[in-house]
Amino acid sequence: MTDIGYVRSDLVDARPAPNRTSGPIAWARKNLFANPTDTLLTALGVLFLLWILPPLFGWTIFNAVGPNGTVEECRMENAGACWAYISSEMEFFIYGFYDIPEQWRPNIVFALGALLLTPLLIPKAPFKRTNAVLFFLVYPIVSYFLLAGGVFGLRYIPTEKWGGLLVTLIISVIGITLSFPIGIMLALGRQSSLPIIKTVCVCFIELIRSVPLITILFMASIMLPLFMPQGTTVDKFLRAIVGVTLFTSAYMAEVVRGGLQAIPRGQYEAAAALGLGYWQRMGFIILPQALKHVIPGIVNSAIALFKDTSLVYIVGMKDLLEAVKTKNDTALEWQSANTATTGYLFAAMVFWVFCFGMSRYSIYMENRLNTGYKR
Amino acid sequence: MSQVSETTIDREVDTSHMKVSKTNVAIDVVNMHKWYGDFHVLRDINLRVMEGERIVIAGPSGSGKSTLIRCINRLEEHQEGQIIVNGTELTADLKRIDEVRREVGMVFQHFNLFPHLTILQNLTLAPIWVRGTPKAEAEATAMHYLERVKIPEQAKKFPGQLSGGQQQRVAIARSLCMQPRIMLFDEPTSALDPEMVKEVLEVMISLAEEGMTMLCVTHEMGFARQVANRVIFMDQGQIIEQNEPEAFFSNPQHERTKLFLSQILH
Repeated sequence: MTDIGYVRSDLVDARPAPNRTSGPIAWARKNLFANPTDTLLTALGVLFLLWILPPLFGWTIFNAVGPNGTVEECRMENAGACWAYISSEMEFFIYGFYDIPEQWRPNIVFALGALLLTPLLIPKAPFKRTNAVLFFLVYPIVSYFLLAGGVFGLRYIPTEKWGGLLVTLIISVIGITLSFPIGIMLALGRQSSLPIIKTVCVCFIELIRSVPLITILFMASIMLPLFMPQGTTVDKFLRAIVGVTLFTSAYMAEVVRGGLQAIPRGQYEAAAALGLGYWQRMGFIILPQALKHVIPGIVNSAIALFKDTSLVYIVGMKDLLEAVKTKNDTALEWQSANTATTGYLFAAMVFWVFCFGMSRYSIYMENRLNTGYKR
Repeated sequence: MSQVSETTIDREVDTSHMKVSKTNVAIDVVNMHKWYGDFHVLRDINLRVMEGERIVIAGPSGSGKSTLIRCINRLEEHQEGQIIVNGTELTADLKRIDEVRREVGMVFQHFNLFPHLTILQNLTLAPIWVRGTPKAEAEATAMHYLERVKIPEQAKKFPGQLSGGQQQRVAIARSLCMQPRIMLFDEPTSALDPEMVKEVLEVMISLAEEGMTMLCVTHEMGFARQVANRVIFMDQGQIIEQNEPEAFFSNPQHERTKLFLSQILH
């Protein structure tokens, strides 16, 4: 008969890990060459990069005509991207038909926007409340009068002349900042126990979501004036902003609703049991948690809106993409085999920079807000 | 039956402050009925709770115990009869509901702390926004109650970093910060490890010793014996039997009560 009793006499101390579990070689072994399939995929990946990267860099950088080049260089055989075209037409891409001597006005708007938005996005920056009031209330008014003019001796510049990146940014910033709160309200309304509010919200969301954005923009610009009393006109630009905002609000609402549904019932009950009113329950308890869950979806909608702004060309506005397209088609003095491609690549790069920025910021916020659940 | 335990706290319960008022009614439930859809979940409930009473509600799962105490702060709506809490009758009127909820604390089985707020913020939120207490004062009160439940050092942590027993003690402190006149406990120890049950019961007993009016849905029969002045037994949505704990445990009258007790007490 064996003795199964056992008592540990001395405890084992922790030791540093052997080399196999840390260091670059271990990393490569684990991530690149873990098994034959991985090794094969790694090799194929390297071959793919060797195939794609040299011509890509060749076209965009090594054979490209720099910003100070001439159209003759762009027209040479073997020439790559024609960056000279971009730099020469940059003003049109940024401002559209905005009068050239007045372009300092949009510049101030850009600078002011960056100046106010940056500290708003940095969690540690002080004076958040003042900053938010300035950005969300004062900045739009100042920007409008600066851009449109007609007061304080500024020359009036109709919105028809605005264009390029300016239009893209104005529509996206207004669209994103308005569609977010509207979306939250719609989501809360959809969960309301009051039948009228609920029905209105459901109808709005389902109607807007089931129609393409192009249709909404088209209706806003062509159909709406038909229903308006004679003589009243609403600015085309404003109509486009309203269309884009309503469209995105419907999507935001559904994203937020997903977040609301992820919150356990106990949270609603605990908040109610403490005597908190409806808006306090939502504002302090439910929404902070729900929105945190759906940051990826919210940013997804924001990115979609940013890119959808290029659809405003349908109502005759020249956003960044349409501005590039216009120049591609009409700037005969820059015609070459690579001009149009370079123009579109430039537009793509600008869109990418903004969208990628939003994406990274959302990941940063997700990690930052994750503290509540860490153990 | 699940989770029935006989945890007892090894100390004499100080009964000097446990006084049941003869005249002041805390809760009055009269001929109350409730349905979930077609299901008649609470039937003809009559229950008068005097100030200072410590009532334990027992019964098999699905008997309507939790639903009953959730009706008392209107987390559930009743369809017939009256519920009057501290003199305010509960109706669809939101003002009255908020008035009742301010004076009635509730502790849940799953704690329901707010995971995105620190412990201190969990405790001060309602006093600041519902009672309008200044922040500094609310924080002082919060620290006082955290000390009472013996975890002041956790004030800056998030709920997810605490053990179940600690979270439940925070939940009790959170309710107490509103300085309620009545406390409702909905199976406060059912989700806890046996080791942690004791620390939560300890807090509940000390609360009873101070004369708090308490309604507890619990399977802790030891607690019922030590603290309760009345035990209510429910089955199929009805109050089947109620009595003082001594008589309830030693001499049950109804067949259903006898069966229940024989199954949970060995």
